[in-house]
Parts: sequence; C-alpha cells; structure tokens
Amino acid sequence: MAAVPEYEKLVRSYLRKRFFRRLSIYILLTIGAFTMLSPFVWMITTSLKHLGDVFSYQKPWWFDWAPTAFVWENYVKAFKVVPFARFYFNSIFVVLLTTFGQVTTSAFAAYAFARLRFPGRDKIFFAYLATMMVPGAVTMIPVFILLQYFGWIDTYKAVILPAMFTAYGTFMLRQFFLTLPRDLEDAAKIDGCGYFRIFWTIVLPLSKPALATLTTFTFMGTWMNFMWPLVALNSHEKFTLPVGLAYFQSLHSTNWPLLMAGSVMMILPILLLFIFNQRYFVEGIKLTGIKG
Amino acid sequence: MKDVFLKDSTKEILAGYSFLLPNLIGFLIFTSIPVVASLILSFMRVDLISTPKVFHFIWFENFKRLFTDVYFWKYSWNTLVLMLAIPFSIAGSLLLALGLNEKLRGVVFFRTLYFLPTICSGVAIYVLWRLVYNSDFGVFNTLIAKFGSLLGLTLRGPNWLTDEAWAKPALIIMSVWQAVGGYNMILYLAALQGVPRDLYEAAEIDGASSWQKFWSITWPQISPTTFFIATMSIIGGFQSGFDQAFIMTGGGPNGSTTTIMYYIFNNFYTWHEMGYAAAISWMLFLIIFSVTLLKWKVFGKLIHY
Repeated sequence: MAAVPEYEKLVRSYLRKRFFRRLSIYILLTIGAFTMLSPFVWMITTSLKHLGDVFSYQKPWWFDWAPTAFVWENYVKAFKVVPFARFYFNSIFVVLLTTFGQVTTSAFAAYAFARLRFPGRDKIFFAYLATMMVPGAVTMIPVFILLQYFGWIDTYKAVILPAMFTAYGTFMLRQFFLTLPRDLEDAAKIDGCGYFRIFWTIVLPLSKPALATLTTFTFMGTWMNFMWPLVALNSHEKFTLPVGLAYFQSLHSTNWPLLMAGSVMMILPILLLFIFNQRYFVEGIKLTGIKG
Repeated sequence: MKDVFLKDSTKEILAGYSFLLPNLIGFLIFTSIPVVASLILSFMRVDLISTPKVFHFIWFENFKRLFTDVYFWKYSWNTLVLMLAIPFSIAGSLLLALGLNEKLRGVVFFRTLYFLPTICSGVAIYVLWRLVYNSDFGVFNTLIAKFGSLLGLTLRGPNWLTDEAWAKPALIIMSVWQAVGGYNMILYLAALQGVPRDLYEAAEIDGASSWQKFWSITWPQISPTTFFIATMSIIGGFQSGFDQAFIMTGGGPNGSTTTIMYYIFNNFYTWHEMGYAAAISWMLFLIIFSVTLLKWKVFGKLIHY
C-alpha cells in the first residue's frame, strides 16, 4: 500500500477533533436536557400513580419513572374533588378577554404614538414610559381600593379590566410600527384613504409578527398570573386555574397524584401554545429584549 | 410632502386622540392615577375594615416605621440572598447558548426543551417542586438515599422546604432551573450570532486557543448583553419571590423565604395595612429606580433593545 499522503492525515485529524468536539457538546446538551425535563417526567408519572405508590419506600429505582399501573382516573378525580372544569372555564374566559383587550387597545394607541401628530403626544408617551419602571406592587393597592369602591371585587371585571391596558404592549407595538416603511401609508393617504383604513388594511397586516408576539406573551402572562386574581377574587366558582390549584393544594396538600394531574392540565395549553408559536417567542424576545 | 397633509392636520389630531383614547382611559384609571394615589396612601393610615373607613394623614410615620422594622430588613436580606440565583443562571444561560451556537443538528430541539421550565412557570411548577423537594420521597432525597445505599450507608437528605438552613438554597436551585434556558439564553444566542466571524478567523491565524478566543473576543463582544441581562434580572429579582414562596413554603420556615414582595402582600392583603404596604412598595420602587439609573448611566438611553 502506498503511504497515506500528508494532507489526508491532516484532514483525518481535523475530522477526528471535530467529531470529539461535537460529541462532547452533544453529551453536555443531553445532560442539560435531561435535567430540564426530568421534573416534568416525574410530574406526569406521579399523576398516573395510585396514591399509595407515591409513598412506597421499598421500590426498585425505575419505579419512580414508570408507574406500574396507569391510573387515568386521577384526571377525572381532579375534576370532581374541586371544580376544576369551572377554573378552566374562568381562566380561558379571563385570558381571552384580557388578551383581546390588550392587543387591540395597544395597537390603536401604538399607531397614534408612532404615526399621528397631535399636541401632547410626546408628553403622554413619556408618561407611559415612566410608568413601565414602577413595580406592579405600587399600583396594586390603589387599584384594589378603587375596585372595592366600585363594588367590583370578586367579579371577573376586577381581574380583566386592570390587565387590559398596559404601557408595555403599547410601547412594544409602537417600536415595531416605527420600523415599518412609510411609503405605502403615504401613498394611501394621497389616494384619500382615512386613518382607520390605513391602520386596518396596511399597518395591521404588516404587523402580524409583532401582534402574534404580543398576543402570545399576554396570553401566557395572564394564564400564569397568580397574585392579582388571588387578591381580587374570593369565591371558588370565580377562581382562575393558578388560584384554583393553590386552593386545591390547601385542601389536599399531600394527594400528589391528583395535584400533579391538576398541574399537568394547567400546563398543557401553554405547552401547546409554545410548541406552535415558538418562533414568535424567539423573535419577540429579540425584538424587545424585555421579558414578557 | 408635509404641505400636502397640512390641511388635514385637524383630521390627524382628531384621529390621533381617538386612536389613543381607549388605551389612555384605561391607562389613567389603572396605572397613572393609582401611581399618584399610592404615593399619597404611603403617607396615610388606611383602615378599610372599620366603618366609617379611615383615611388619615400620618405623614412620614410609615417610612419611619419602615426603617426600624426588623422584619422589613430581614425580608430585604432574604430577597438579596434569593437573588444569588441570578449569577448562576446567567452563567448557565451563557454556557447553554455557547453549546447551542455550534452549528449542530437538533439545536432547535434542545432550545425548545431548555425553554420548557420558563414557559411553564407558575403555580403548577411550584406545586411540582414541592414534590421534588419532599423529604421522604422527593427526587433529591430519593437520589441521596439511593446513592447512600450503593455505598452501604444510610444517607438522609435535608428537609428542604421546612429547614431554615435549606429553604433558601432550595428556592435558589429551583430558580436557576427555571431561568437558565429561558429568555437570557435566547438573548445570548442572538448576541453570539452577532459577533463578527473575522475576529475569530484572525485569532485562529494567530493560533489562539478556544479559551483565549472566548475571553478576548466573545466575552467582551457580548458584554452589553450581559449587562442588560444582569440589570433586568436584578430589577426582576427585587420584585419576585411571592408566587413560589406562597405555594411552596408559605414564606417560612420562620420567615426565611419571605421576600419584600411577600411582605407587601401580607401587609396589604392579610393585615389590611394599606398605607404601610404602599410605603414599602415605594421603597421597592426606589431600589429598582437606582438600578435603572445605573443602567441609563451605562447605556445613555432610556430603553436598550
């Protein structure tokens, strides 16, 4: 056999180095993924166990991860032990109205800030920006007193209305509208198009990614929101899922299979939303650099 | 162009106000007026339980009380200690982003997996972690016990959430798990993709090692991102800690996981001390404001994005 040419040796050593580099990165990424995922696996397996199996101490190691029997009734029971279906409905109702309200009012206001000239515009916008720094705890107390004065505590209004008008959504959409090219809007204006038609037929269709991002972030934030619904709602039949789950826990703090079944059901919609809207998350984070 | 539209300016002003109005009304009622109201409340003693309701000016009494309130200082300290999660999660985010930045197959798959804990944050996850930290059959203590039995020892893990020494570390570990693959990692990935390739090529010609390339190219190039992430995490960190402590420890044991936010909640909701709660929330604002000022000083602009 002829001697292996020198360059072939070099290529081989390069490939070998690259192979080991990639292999080690894959191994590290897999260990990371396992760490991230294992609590979720634990959650799902526990939700399918008999209550007694959670507590059994003398068990083989694989028992933690693979339940011997799949107790699907846990999911049915979760609905019976607390009004889980009611919590679900409440959450969906609150989230849909809040998200719709926030995205529409923000989009209108953002367009006014980005494109229309009117007296006081920049001062009002500065006021919006200034409040973005104020922690939610500051406004929570007066808003509570106000809602109590209106007699709105323990109504859906108390949860939905304060969350419908945010400076954050307006700010984010304004920044996006500013990046849109003006030519189309100017051409439409010359053709005698009104501001509403320009907004509706030109600006909104061009802003689908930003609108989708805001919708996704608002949906998630509202779905997970815990403190305000806890404060604003008293009766069980009005609880949203997070408050309902906390209430569930206060009643049955060690019924782990049922608690886990409830948790899985609470997470599921968010998970689906994330899987289907993933790119809006990534784009949205890059766009604003602000946590949603 | 301007002249063409000048005659339309009244129309434009009208359109401007009507586009703004729905949001502005809500903003006034639920944000800007409450901000002012809250400042006024912080100088008052408020009692909504008794009839007639009490709104009584006591001026600086709430703030004086704040400075001598040992619980306020204890809970501020707790908040700071729990923020130890921030450097760990930032370092982890950077490591993961560096791994994902290699042009490998399946990167999107890993990115999705790492994002899951952030996406699913909230009450459900805190209930789950109560189970993870269970001292008898939780994940950690089962692993510790099994590791012990491999060595022929009887090892017993700590009572994570009920032992004063372990409750804070437990919450810190959970926060790192939750944040490490989330927003910060995505921001780091974007920053890493923005580092000019020719810098690395030049360094390779000079025979720089990966380690040297990281410290002399990557790290300085992404430092604005690091600074941004750090300030945002600190601002968020001061306001956090309520949800997880409420679900997992109830603020205990012995108040060791009660944060400033939790203390505001207790004063406001549990003890109906509205005026005092407002004063604490303004204290929180001052802390956050100073972090923001620092951010402005470094970046020289209002919002960095």
